[in-house]
Amino acid sequence: MNRKGLALSIYALGAYLFLHLPLLILSAFSFNHSRFTVWQGFSLDWYWAAMHDAQLTDAWRNSLTIAVVATVVSTIMGTLCAYGLWKRNSPMLAGSLYLSLVTPEIVTGISLLAIYQWIFRFLRLPLGMHTVILAHIAFSIAFVVIVVMARLRTMDASLEEAALDLGANPWQAFRFITLPLILPGVIAAALLAFTVSFDDYVITSLVAGVNSETLPMLIYAMARRGVNPVVNAISAMIVLTLGAIILISERLRTR
Amino acid sequence: MNRLRAWFLAPSWAVMLALFLAPLAIILAYSFETRGAYGGLSLPWTAESYARLADPIYLGILWRSFWIAGLSTVLCLVLGFPLALFISRSGKRKHLYLSLVILPFWTSFLVRTYAWMFLLRDTGLINTLLQSLGLIHEPLPLLYNDGAVVLGLVYSYLPFMVLPLYATLERLDRTLLEAAADLGARPWATLTHVMVPLCAPGIRAGAILVFIPCLGAYLTPDLLGGGKSVMIGNLIQNQFTTARDWPFGAAISLALMAIVMVLLFAFARRDQEGLL
Repeated sequence: MNRKGLALSIYALGAYLFLHLPLLILSAFSFNHSRFTVWQGFSLDWYWAAMHDAQLTDAWRNSLTIAVVATVVSTIMGTLCAYGLWKRNSPMLAGSLYLSLVTPEIVTGISLLAIYQWIFRFLRLPLGMHTVILAHIAFSIAFVVIVVMARLRTMDASLEEAALDLGANPWQAFRFITLPLILPGVIAAALLAFTVSFDDYVITSLVAGVNSETLPMLIYAMARRGVNPVVNAISAMIVLTLGAIILISERLRTR
Repeated sequence: MNRLRAWFLAPSWAVMLALFLAPLAIILAYSFETRGAYGGLSLPWTAESYARLADPIYLGILWRSFWIAGLSTVLCLVLGFPLALFISRSGKRKHLYLSLVILPFWTSFLVRTYAWMFLLRDTGLINTLLQSLGLIHEPLPLLYNDGAVVLGLVYSYLPFMVLPLYATLERLDRTLLEAAADLGARPWATLTHVMVPLCAPGIRAGAILVFIPCLGAYLTPDLLGGGKSVMIGNLIQNQFTTARDWPFGAAISLALMAIVMVLLFAFARRDQEGLL
């Protein structure tokens, strides 16, 4: 390797340290015995504390419920949508999806809050788990459509035509030919939708009710209050879980 | 076939209409209403909220947001370009190196921001370390300033810059660089006169992908900037919660949306195709 290549490699190493070190250090200190940022020996106390905190357990349950329901619904809707758009583009729908992707989260959040308040005036429907789930479905559909669409683009359209020629109806052609072929893309999309939903704070905090506090909302509140190794422990668990999910998703997407 | 296709699109259409387009329409309506006595809304229709945007205080916040987002974008470009170059030249391990850039991006925005709070605060790792080494006696004020916000934004959105840069560098014909060198161009001249112009689409795409979320950032300035570093996102949130001035909050939101859309059309028109 020449000198320029070596310099580039050293630079890249620095860049990767910049990207990964903060999370690694954060996780390392979740095993620290002391509650301050001075290393005083290994301990699992903070994980123990995190597991036995009623508020945290509730937040985990809420976050998982929301993420699972939102993922299932948005994956089904998004996959059907991508397929429909693949057959023939609909600029209005594609444009709305694209716009929903670039809209700042805070704007999405307050506009959802506004419509929920407006509905509340007429139907007396308070904020809660259902409003959060609906919001999450709305913002994850675009992610699903993009990932599934990328997969559809690599597919040979003549396979479906062959099925149609052989007497399958359009639904059967989709269900038995196209869907199995794009399944890895659909699963990758679902995993991605799960991480976006599980992680969201900004939109969720605006549309959540009293009984729908999620994990990110709790982490935010705890982080605001000050140093707390319990937050490090939860963070480490989240990073590990979401990291694994993303790696699987990437694998499936690029396969 | 067409009827089936309509059924396929219908659920997504319903969700986008009810939970994205209708809410935006309501915000649009709110932005022309008047703030009621108890923070509610009342008629008559007025454009007063938009006129208030011209107030120097709010123009200041707008300018500050542009400045912070612009600086973060430039830093992402400067830091991301060599990294993208490295990845595009690393042969078989390309995918691994690319995954290493993408991985932290998808693993919890909130946790990554908290990680910087953990490192930068007065009793955080950096200050504790420097103090125990005897280099400083008072903790350095690393957190709750604009620098911390820019750092957080660069850290969060660097992958958005690296990915499109990598995509163009990957397709770059390396013989062009060799030709430039053969013809006597120095490395710096090759970079500025050959490589950068050829990578223009990637640079444009990356800049827009980083600038837009930075401009509308809420969580990063909120957590890393403390109360001091207010950006547009925080101003909007404030109008809808503490200040309870919904018409004004709605007007700022739409102004932000308008800026985002103008930017998209002006810079990313050629690049946005293929995203959907």
